[in-house]
Amino acid sequence: MGSSETVPGNTQTHNTPTPLTLGDRTFRSRLFVGTGKYSDAETMNAALEASGCEVVTVAIRRVDLNSGDNLLAQLDREKYFLLPNTAGCFNAEDAIRVCQLSRELGLGDWVKLEVLGDRKTLLPDPVGTLEACRELVADGFKVLVYSSDDPVLALRLQDAGATSVMPAGSPIGSGQGILNSNNLSIILEQLDVPVIIDAGVGTASDVTIAMELGAEGVLLNTGIAGAKDPVAMAHAMRHALDAGWFAARAGRIAKRRYAQASSPTEGVLGE
Amino acid sequence: MSNQSNRFEIQLNGEVHQIEAETSVLDLVNSLPINPIAVAVERNKKIVPRSLHAETIIEAGDHIEVVTIVGGG
Repeated sequence: MGSSETVPGNTQTHNTPTPLTLGDRTFRSRLFVGTGKYSDAETMNAALEASGCEVVTVAIRRVDLNSGDNLLAQLDREKYFLLPNTAGCFNAEDAIRVCQLSRELGLGDWVKLEVLGDRKTLLPDPVGTLEACRELVADGFKVLVYSSDDPVLALRLQDAGATSVMPAGSPIGSGQGILNSNNLSIILEQLDVPVIIDAGVGTASDVTIAMELGAEGVLLNTGIAGAKDPVAMAHAMRHALDAGWFAARAGRIAKRRYAQASSPTEGVLGE
Repeated sequence: MSNQSNRFEIQLNGEVHQIEAETSVLDLVNSLPINPIAVAVERNKKIVPRSLHAETIIEAGDHIEVVTIVGGG
């Protein structure tokens, strides 16, 4: 679609999705990209650039006393909004501790909350997640919370004051895409806060499916960082998100069991 | 001899670390062979705000954590 054309039903003239508003902030891109698992800073920077993202997730870890190497030292912090995660935390207390350290690191009040329940699946601990969400919101944090695809938990997290609820499409890093589109649709229908699909994206079509379901955005890391060509995959993810966003608003056709001719059935030669 | 008695052990990022008496948090951070983007310091599970790094003196047996921002998803 050219930039001079107008999307029906939308007063804006554009060829990209509208910006995403979360709490009191607006982000130009709905694709949130993780900064983990890159082999080198050059590839990371090129992939982030190709993805068009504004929000990048980061982790808080002990400094490596034996090596000063840190890819993030080469990240252009002026260009991106850093969203610290609590990855690796298996209880609410540890997650809250990481959020407070993040604040001390100068990263502000925005956090991606993860309280994990199991090392093999990395699925969230719903009880610890809810507890940490409540406490962090009370402490003034803006909490974007990683959740399972359970619609009841998603509602509880919204009630606890989450800025965004981020259900997993499938387990973190699994590349299985969207496994339970029914549950995700229910979550999307029920919640008022923006829902971002987080985790499990394997390839571009997964992002499109998430957006077609009605997600406000997608967060991914391994799908890009682990691809053979991360920069090309980042490019694909960006366009997949746009495709899904437009498709969700375009009004798709109904599915039918049998064919329906696309060309006129009248005036066929030989009849 | 006196040097020896002026040194003591702390836990730094989970490992035993020797420091001189009267070392401040700021001294410790500056002595580390690291070039982090930013650091935050915890002393015995309590954050030491950056504004207090210079005046906070580390004591024997303290558990010090020095953390930074790294790549993550």
